[in-house]
Amino acid sequence: MKVGLFIPCYIDQFYPQVAVATLQLLEKLGVEVDYPLQQTCCGQPMANSGFSHYTQGCDSLFVKNFTGYDYIVAPSGSCVLHIKDHLHDDQNQAAADQIRSRIYELCEFLTDVLQVKELQASFPHKVGFHVSCHGQRGLYLSQMSELNAPDFSKPGFLLSLVKDIELVQLNRKDECCGFGGTFCVTEEAVSVKMGKDRVQDHLEHGAEYITGGDVSCLMHMEGILKRQKSPVKVLHIAEILNGQL
Amino acid sequence: MSSSTYIAPTDHAKAADKFMEDEERVNWHDKALWFIREKRDVASKQLPEWELLRETASQIKLNVLGNLDAYLEQFEQNAKQNGITVHWAADAAEHNRIVLDIIQKHGIQKLVKSKSMLTEECHLNDYLADNGIDVVDTDLGERVVQLAQEPPSHIVLPCIHKRKEEVGELFHKHLGTEKGASDPAYLTEAARQHLREKFLTSDLAITGVNFAIAETGGFVVCTNEGNADMGAHLAKVHIACMGIEKIIPKAENLSVFLRLLARSATGQPITTYSSHFHRPRPDQEMHIVLVDNGRSIQLGRKDFYNSLKCIRCGACINTCPVYRRSGGHSYHYAISGPIGAILAPNMDMKKNADLPFASTLCGSCTNVCPVKIDIHNQLYQWRQVLAKEGYVPSSKTQGMKVMASVLSNPTMFRMAGKSGRFMMRLAPGLANIKAVNPWAKQRDMPEAPKESFREWYIKNKKKS
Repeated sequence: MKVGLFIPCYIDQFYPQVAVATLQLLEKLGVEVDYPLQQTCCGQPMANSGFSHYTQGCDSLFVKNFTGYDYIVAPSGSCVLHIKDHLHDDQNQAAADQIRSRIYELCEFLTDVLQVKELQASFPHKVGFHVSCHGQRGLYLSQMSELNAPDFSKPGFLLSLVKDIELVQLNRKDECCGFGGTFCVTEEAVSVKMGKDRVQDHLEHGAEYITGGDVSCLMHMEGILKRQKSPVKVLHIAEILNGQL
Repeated sequence: MSSSTYIAPTDHAKAADKFMEDEERVNWHDKALWFIREKRDVASKQLPEWELLRETASQIKLNVLGNLDAYLEQFEQNAKQNGITVHWAADAAEHNRIVLDIIQKHGIQKLVKSKSMLTEECHLNDYLADNGIDVVDTDLGERVVQLAQEPPSHIVLPCIHKRKEEVGELFHKHLGTEKGASDPAYLTEAARQHLREKFLTSDLAITGVNFAIAETGGFVVCTNEGNADMGAHLAKVHIACMGIEKIIPKAENLSVFLRLLARSATGQPITTYSSHFHRPRPDQEMHIVLVDNGRSIQLGRKDFYNSLKCIRCGACINTCPVYRRSGGHSYHYAISGPIGAILAPNMDMKKNADLPFASTLCGSCTNVCPVKIDIHNQLYQWRQVLAKEGYVPSSKTQGMKVMASVLSNPTMFRMAGKSGRFMMRLAPGLANIKAVNPWAKQRDMPEAPKESFREWYIKNKKKS
């Protein structure tokens, strides 16, 4: 099994430790991982702003970088959902379609493909899990509170394999944090208020760390926590599952 | 329209800024609406068949939209046989004229109106007022906003943005309640007495329509206050105004929609009054105005037509994390929230270009919708349409062009990343300057690491 590791642009630039943890975790689980060096971005920032007609360059580059792998894995539900829903290449649509069917968010790759049942990780802290909207409502990584349907959570299952971790319950288990891509600057006031409220829910329940599957949400909440001079830190779920903290 | 000449309004963000100046208000507005969302969750989870009901409702409505002409004609025929006068209005102006004609034919000066988002959409109140007609909204929340000379901020809860103290002040000024009184029971009783007099002295009542049934020619109006009934039963003339998408094929379909509507709207099993009107009383005149006003254009839009499935329950509004914090007036359209944001651009792309961007695309709206409108996907699709048609600010278009060229070129991407991170380490304060960087107004920037993942990977992992 050969996996192409897709590291979204802002993780590559600002949160390399998340990418390192993802790579190490996959390798520990016996996966052969390759990181295509010419990768950049999935194109979502443009597309979600209404400019999907400007994403051909990103799309073609993505297809070029990730054709031929058995699976493509990324530590971001949002970017994975974008590729799954929108990757398009006029020159090579068959390859684009194949990538769309082979791309996985890290947690679902661990639970669904590798069928991980145990992990060598311990994290003796109180942790709040932030459910990212695109991961949950787009990729169905967990059950959403809106539906009358059985409860499940792929990242929740993985965290249950971590020794000594204590997950805190939240008042609103799957409310959006307000990041929303360019929304975070075009609707700055609403975005920040949503972020403050989301962070507050975790703080009220005694979380020492906030974790989740999307660095974008975490970056937004980290920005708010730091401005509030809060000691609470954010960690991507890969960092906890990798057990090297 | 050229994208370089047009600057789109940023009304939603600006109005949201204003609403958020009072954070306490935002907090209880958010909590009040979330409370209703939770009631809706509880109510929906008491029905094991909830998701099947949603799917069934969606399919019934899709069938209606696919055969709208036939169902409308069937409805018209049956309604006429029942003795109802049926009118067709192509747009808001024609709708308003039809209503005024009926009013003037009877020489009526004042009337009562129960909740109708269609008449809000058509700005009927303003039009009638300009023609010297006194319109009294009889839904309590609507009466409150009418006295405040504001539009409703929510389709089900028109004055959800107002504190009870503010309602007390309004009632003191207009209804003569005691100054400073804000007890809801006291204020409601005052409104009740005030409205009773209006009901008793009005010869004409306007109502909305929740469902119009093609096979019977009858229609159903749902209220919690019974105000539609009070108005219609006491008046010599009843005018019901409806958008053409309100048709359902059969009476039995109500068993699906009435179960979904109130549970989705407020978490009640059913509205207190679900009133079925079939024909005028012997001494009464009954009119129905069937209004298009942009609906057939929306019906022709492949990506957006199924927004016409909407039954106006407001569930998407209650769940929307943006709406709860920006308030309904920030949407500057008769219908606020996510559903308003996908309906409004159809009416006027230029004026409403900001609305599809007033969302994080979190998708909660789509999944509470009782008729399964894929609202967040349509928000995304409207963004594509609006950007292509040039209804977004040219600065954004230019920025996106630059971003796209950098992100599609690995070398440029790495250079930009490296220099950006270098600058941020060199002068971290610079990136946090609030005037330059809206991110940093209330949030810190992430710390810039010394190396990117790619640089780390080449150093540590890459086999030569």
